[in-house]
Amino acid sequence: MLDQALTRKLRQIVGEKYFRDDKEALVAHSYDGTPMLQSLPDGVIYPADTYQVTEIMKNLASYSVPIVPRGSGSNLCGGTVPVQGGVVMVMHRMNQILEVDLENLTATVQPGIITAEFITHIESLGLFYPPDPSSMRISTIGGNIAECSGGLRGLKYGTTKDYVIGLEAVLASGEIIRTGGKLMKDVAGYDLTKLLVGSEGTLAIITEATLKLVPPPKSKKTMLAMYKDLYGAARTVSRIIEAKIIPATLEFMDNPTIRVVDDFAKLGLPRDMEAILLIEQDGDLEAVERDIELIRKICESESADRVEVAESREHAEKLLTARRSAFTALARLRPTTILEDATVPRSKIADMVLRINEIARKYNVSIATFGHAGDGNLHPTATTDARDVEEVHRVELAFEEIFEAAIELGGTITGEHGIGMVKAPFLEWKIGKTGIEVMRGIKQAFDPQNLLNPGKMFAKETRKRVVITRG
Amino acid sequence: MSKTLQLKLDYDQLTNCMRCGFCLPACPTFKETGLEQESPRGRIALMKAVADGIMDPDQAFQDQMNHCLGCRACEPACPADVKYGQLIEQARDAIEDHDVHSVPVKGLRKVFFDGVFPHRGRMKWLGRSLSIYQKSGLRKLVRGSGMMQLFPAHMREMEQVLPDATAKGVVEQLGTVYPAKGERIARVALFRGCIMDVLFSETNVNTVKLLSEAGFEVVIPNEQVCCGALHAHSGEMDRAKDLARTNLQVFKDAEIEYIVSNAGGCGALLVEYDHLLHEDSEYRELAEWFASHVIDVSKLLFEHGRIPAFTERNAGADEPVTITYQDSCHLRNVMKSSNAPRQLMKQVGNVRFVEMKEADRCCGSAGIYNVTQPEMAGQILEHKMEHVNRTGAHYLLTSNPGCLLQMKLGVRKHGARDQMEVKHVVDFLYERMSSTP
Ligand SMILES: Cc1cc2nc3c(=O)[nH]c(=O)nc-3n(C[C@H](O)[C@H](O)[C@H](O)COP(=O)(O)OP(=O)(O)OC[C@H]3O[C@@H](n4cnc5c(N)ncnc54)[C@H](O)[C@@H]3O)c2cc1C
Ligand code: SF4
Ligand code: SF4
Repeated sequence: MLDQALTRKLRQIVGEKYFRDDKEALVAHSYDGTPMLQSLPDGVIYPADTYQVTEIMKNLASYSVPIVPRGSGSNLCGGTVPVQGGVVMVMHRMNQILEVDLENLTATVQPGIITAEFITHIESLGLFYPPDPSSMRISTIGGNIAECSGGLRGLKYGTTKDYVIGLEAVLASGEIIRTGGKLMKDVAGYDLTKLLVGSEGTLAIITEATLKLVPPPKSKKTMLAMYKDLYGAARTVSRIIEAKIIPATLEFMDNPTIRVVDDFAKLGLPRDMEAILLIEQDGDLEAVERDIELIRKICESESADRVEVAESREHAEKLLTARRSAFTALARLRPTTILEDATVPRSKIADMVLRINEIARKYNVSIATFGHAGDGNLHPTATTDARDVEEVHRVELAFEEIFEAAIELGGTITGEHGIGMVKAPFLEWKIGKTGIEVMRGIKQAFDPQNLLNPGKMFAKETRKRVVITRG
Repeated sequence: MSKTLQLKLDYDQLTNCMRCGFCLPACPTFKETGLEQESPRGRIALMKAVADGIMDPDQAFQDQMNHCLGCRACEPACPADVKYGQLIEQARDAIEDHDVHSVPVKGLRKVFFDGVFPHRGRMKWLGRSLSIYQKSGLRKLVRGSGMMQLFPAHMREMEQVLPDATAKGVVEQLGTVYPAKGERIARVALFRGCIMDVLFSETNVNTVKLLSEAGFEVVIPNEQVCCGALHAHSGEMDRAKDLARTNLQVFKDAEIEYIVSNAGGCGALLVEYDHLLHEDSEYRELAEWFASHVIDVSKLLFEHGRIPAFTERNAGADEPVTITYQDSCHLRNVMKSSNAPRQLMKQVGNVRFVEMKEADRCCGSAGIYNVTQPEMAGQILEHKMEHVNRTGAHYLLTSNPGCLLQMKLGVRKHGARDQMEVKHVVDFLYERMSSTP
């Protein structure tokens, strides 16, 4: 329960309508896209501008009330679950595109704008903003920045961090900081812009962002390659890169995923394939055609069973359907879908997939894997039922082992979904004790009272490394 | 009420929602308010919270359940295939079991849900009374007297756009069997609907003639009753099931290949009779047969008929006639027919089809939503009309009586173009059939 004087103050700042503490509002902000997590906040607030954000922060700080910034709550790491109560701050009302600067090729936006709406607007101006998380129809730019979201175009174009060049943010104290700007070069001190990208709402509330735009590619071609041998697919990925071709998209689906997708989308995919690669190249027409032809040859030389190059846009759409249906098809299998996110160096993809399959067998759980092969970012996805406590426990053990395997192979525990609550116990595995200490120091400098999204990123305890007995 | 909700809500479906939020952009009430609790994901979370005992089904909860349009745009958007429509009906059913409506509301509900809709004779009586009211000068008198001022504004507005009612339904006009023109493709049955047959009997008649022209023999079983959609959507489940059982038998006896619906709202419940009666061991099989035979008139015409040639009425005019189309949510989201009506109307000579922005978004009519939730409905309608007006259409076409009335209201209130006509697709097509006399 919040102090009455505080709620009165909050209502004064944003207006009666935009602060709510009724049960309905609290329940509706007790979860995000992460399965099986829920915790009620004490209030929900919808600021309209940066000034209101600063006033809110000052008041919350004086009452030591935690604050959880929230875009659309589509994150998959428990990032917006208010585990320690407090106030959820929904950024949806701050959703304006403030400026598109055609001379500098930048856009300045408020954080609450929906990613897809921003992209549509930018494309209508003949420009291109590459980060395209699969959730872009719901996610906000603020959420993308706070999670450093990636997407299908990450391989060639990079992820959100490569496009954020300036930020305005409000600290826990209510003070405003501005970082970067419309500059392509800026080395004045530590790079606070990059630090805030991926900070998961734990360092500051992002209230404005300046984003870099690029000219759009002139043409695009799509192809699909299918393999009976997982290593063939993996070698293809490495050989494409070796050949100094960086495809715009290089996506991967394993055999369990292929089967599920085929059941669902009836695409007539060969069910005995071990892997499918979906490849797209964009750029100047000639270069695209040359690259696609080369890639096709590589696929064939790595004994792809079938290679299909799209002849038309409709055909391309059909090929894309396979990859796009992966999530939908998996989500329909069982009530609870746990979409995880482990990343390895791309040369290790086949090893990682085999390890995942082995681990799934060991714990007798069903895990299908698809993902961004080009950047080694895999999404092992478990289908289970939250009500089956025993099975869910096995799934958790399996994932623990999967993250461990990823690190062993030189990878990381998350490539794009963030740490939040879910990965917090594993963070130390990746960055070590010293790494955690440095991060805690940074957190302390930004937010000494630990009010911004508490309970995320830093776990009370690091999960002990499981002792794996093989044999 | 918590108990009833726990009993009635399908916990499997609640668990199936993985809270990904993909349904949010599809939802009109979320779009209008921007509040998570006004979204499908939010409403499901509220239901689950009640089922889990985290939350009481208080007044706010009940209001929120009633705030949903039931347009089901959230369903096609959902990767996990959560049956939202079923959940909201279950929630409303549970609320209805406990609801203490105010006395006048209770009385009205009883009169309409039990007393009028299910009874063919009484619907006719209603039609006749309405017709007498409209034709006898009584309407003028009432409007002139200021008596309508006693009703809330939105009811007054509705009264003004109601078309002329009639006691003469399609059977009275055409009989119960209407032969196919030319070689018969199939024998089909018309589901005439209760409101359709009183307020839009002409559309029913045109549907039959259009089908006949396209090669279908049409039977109109006279014993059919109301589909039960308004009952089901308002939580009167038992009543809806009774009506369904009657219809099952009637149509089974008619020996037909398709059951044709020309009202998206009715059709959507008809194709889900199998779900409605899935716990009824005696009727389950018959319900499955029924559900699999229901088809929308446009889809039947487009996919199985001999489509007649449609020519523009004022042929010879240089300027093409501009038309646009407002989807019926239930036709689109439940019966999955959004392509067929568009393809058909594009076949009319000398028309220019302009797709309006967000044509697939609910117009705010949603059964009796515009009567029960006038504020939200009004807001949605206003936005809808901005898109409609931008098309500059001469004709605004739709496929459901509720939407038709709502669109008429919209044109009247916010129409930029006073000559814009609102029509059912069937009427538009029928009037342009080359062989119409
Ligand atoms: C089906 C599905 C597919 C997905 N696909 C992808 C994908 O392809 N790539 C990918 O990277 N992710 C993906 N995600 C994860 C998720 O969509 C992204 O993390 C997204 O960026 C979250 O955006 P949001 O607006 O929903 O933010 P939220 O979930 O609301 O918040 C995410 C984090 O950002 C913080 N935050 C939000 N706004 C602000 C702000 N203004 N200032 C400071 N902190 C803030 C929150 O506190 C939280 O920690 C997917 C999720 C789902 C459900
Ligand atoms: S799209 Fe489906 S699974 Fe996702 S939140 Fe909505 S109802 Fe739930
Ligand atoms: S039925 Fe329509 S109004 Fe109701 S939650 Fe679904 S999309 Fe929203």
